Amino acid sequence: MLFSLSPTTLTSSPRFKFHSCPHLLPPKPPPPRLRASSQAHHVILEDSGSFAGAGAAVEENILPAGLRTESLPRHVALVMDGNRRWARLRGLPVGSGYEAGVRSLRAVVELCCKLGIRVLSVFAFSSENWFRPQVEVEFLMELFERGMRDEMRSLLRHSLNQSKMERILICIHGFGLHLENIRISVIGDSSKLSRSLQELITRTEEATKTNYGLQLIVAVSYSGQYDIVQACQKIAVKVKDGLIEPNDINESLIEQELETNCTKFPYPDLLIRTSGELRISNFLLWQLAYTELFFAQSLWPDFGEVEFLEALKAFQERHRRYGGRDF
Amino acid sequence: MEKDRGDSANQFFGGFGSFLRKCIFRILSMGPIPNHIAFIMDGNRRYAKKQGMEEGAGHKAGFLALMKILCYCYELGVKYLTVYAFSIENFKRKPEEVQSLMDLMLEKIGELLKEESVVNQYGIRLYFIGNLNLLSEPVRVAAEKAMAATAKNTKTVLLICVAYTSYDEIVHAVQESCKENRNEIETLYASKVSNGVTEGVEEGEINGTTEHDVQGSCENSLSESQALNTTRACNGVIGVEKKKGVTLRAIQGSCEDKWDEATSRTSNGVTEGVADSKKKQWMHPTIKLVDIEKNMYMGVAPDPEILIRTSGENRLSNFLLWQTTNCPLYSPSALWPEIGLWHLIWAVLNFQQSHYYFEKKRKQS
Repeated sequence: MLFSLSPTTLTSSPRFKFHSCPHLLPPKPPPPRLRASSQAHHVILEDSGSFAGAGAAVEENILPAGLRTESLPRHVALVMDGNRRWARLRGLPVGSGYEAGVRSLRAVVELCCKLGIRVLSVFAFSSENWFRPQVEVEFLMELFERGMRDEMRSLLRHSLNQSKMERILICIHGFGLHLENIRISVIGDSSKLSRSLQELITRTEEATKTNYGLQLIVAVSYSGQYDIVQACQKIAVKVKDGLIEPNDINESLIEQELETNCTKFPYPDLLIRTSGELRISNFLLWQLAYTELFFAQSLWPDFGEVEFLEALKAFQERHRRYGGRDF
Repeated sequence: MEKDRGDSANQFFGGFGSFLRKCIFRILSMGPIPNHIAFIMDGNRRYAKKQGMEEGAGHKAGFLALMKILCYCYELGVKYLTVYAFSIENFKRKPEEVQSLMDLMLEKIGELLKEESVVNQYGIRLYFIGNLNLLSEPVRVAAEKAMAATAKNTKTVLLICVAYTSYDEIVHAVQESCKENRNEIETLYASKVSNGVTEGVEEGEINGTTEHDVQGSCENSLSESQALNTTRACNGVIGVEKKKGVTLRAIQGSCEDKWDEATSRTSNGVTEGVADSKKKQWMHPTIKLVDIEKNMYMGVAPDPEILIRTSGENRLSNFLLWQTTNCPLYSPSALWPEIGLWHLIWAVLNFQQSHYYFEKKRKQS
């Protein structure tokens, strides 16, 4: 068994309890990391088509105790909240919080690859975040640009050295996203980003578009309402051009025009928001209609394997009815 | 004798309970009270099963719980209350269950319209929100009658979502927005033809991306706690100005200031992006967020400030997806018929705590 978990009692939903202001809490020590075997490999197979399970087959012996392959979410969404509070609690500059957040993200991405989760959407930068202090916004944009540039360099280096077969059999301990055969997509209003970042995003998306492992969707300058407005604008053009009538507009048409049309699985099965906040904050509005929501108390830089597996176990215990089936 | 004593005891405790509740509400009212609370009334069938009741009895118990919560919200000073009574997806349930729910709705609407009902006593205005054409004729007619009969009530507003999903609401809003947009383009084209190209170009520039960005700035420039009311005021200003054909330069106050702040903050790439978009957009007006919002069924009320889903489930189930983007979701494990005063108090206390926290954050920034 790769992982050993101490028994935890998980309910199907968080208790209805009073949440004290997270910024008043004393700093939490980092949770103990689970030890993973260095020998573990997995082969990515085609999607089985099952709704609830992760599409990529995962060997049973790499799943932690209590988790079943068929009940893993196919698409997980993350609201990575709490970086600034994490830094403040440690007396560090805000930038350190974001950098710690990036490390957390890498760890979760690796875990998703191990578990065969098909899509991971992360809310990196909201439309509302443009109104944060300018220094902070510039730091975030720089961090994002640096991260993408590093991945592009690794991708170029790696593709020169590896055969196609080697790329299929991928070691779990990737030292960069490229080793995980990850496809990167960026959604959001890119017109607000610098030209160099826009070009970098286009190049990265192009370079990774044939990767068939985890699809990492990064939402930058994004809001769920904006996504619907831009879909509506595209549909309005079709109406103006006489291609469709307004009464022909339906759910399927809107879904096709949303920015999440870059993936086969646009609707998250599970959304995790860290730092104890109980709201969606304008992330993936349409797509979250039937998504199970999990609110974790940890601040994002403290969110690790233990917390992620806890969220997956809670998801596994949920009863999803979609308004129709009898209880 | 014993029965009389029992009745007196009940009256005493009932009266004391009411007095205690009013004291608690008075203390709560010293802090901010949410203007709008939304409920997903989940768990009626599980309640009936748990109590060993017949099928359908759970929904009746659910209605009583709704009346109780309505009274509490009225006493507390909550102006808007929205409830998820029946989703479009619920039509997929067993036909007998759907029919019994429709019959219950018809019966209860009738009761609500009686002289002595709580609706008239408290001056409650009723709205039935959803695709009412999907309801059977008697239910739809009763719902429309109830809305008309209570249209003059102003104290509290109860919005009952029936035959509702957010998808249906958004599709409807997009359809209406596209129809209006097409009409606007046709009118613009007609004015270009009659008055020359220049006038059309000016109006197009104003209605292009610039307007969209200002709209975005208006909505996002305020703290979460304030955005709920002030944003709607901003939207209302833009919407009204647009209708009167007045240019965007007439927009006042914090909207304009925030737009200036936003444009000065953004990098060169952004300015270029906006300029490029402007060049493209002059050709025809585009749909804005405010256009979609004003065509929503829920456009008659501000966004909820608290969303409570009973029975412990943690999902939105296609309810108010657009309106709850910044709204906290509380999920007590109690089933809907078991919801009580303390759940409401807890939610309001949490709301007050978040409100103070965001106010503090806003002042610090």
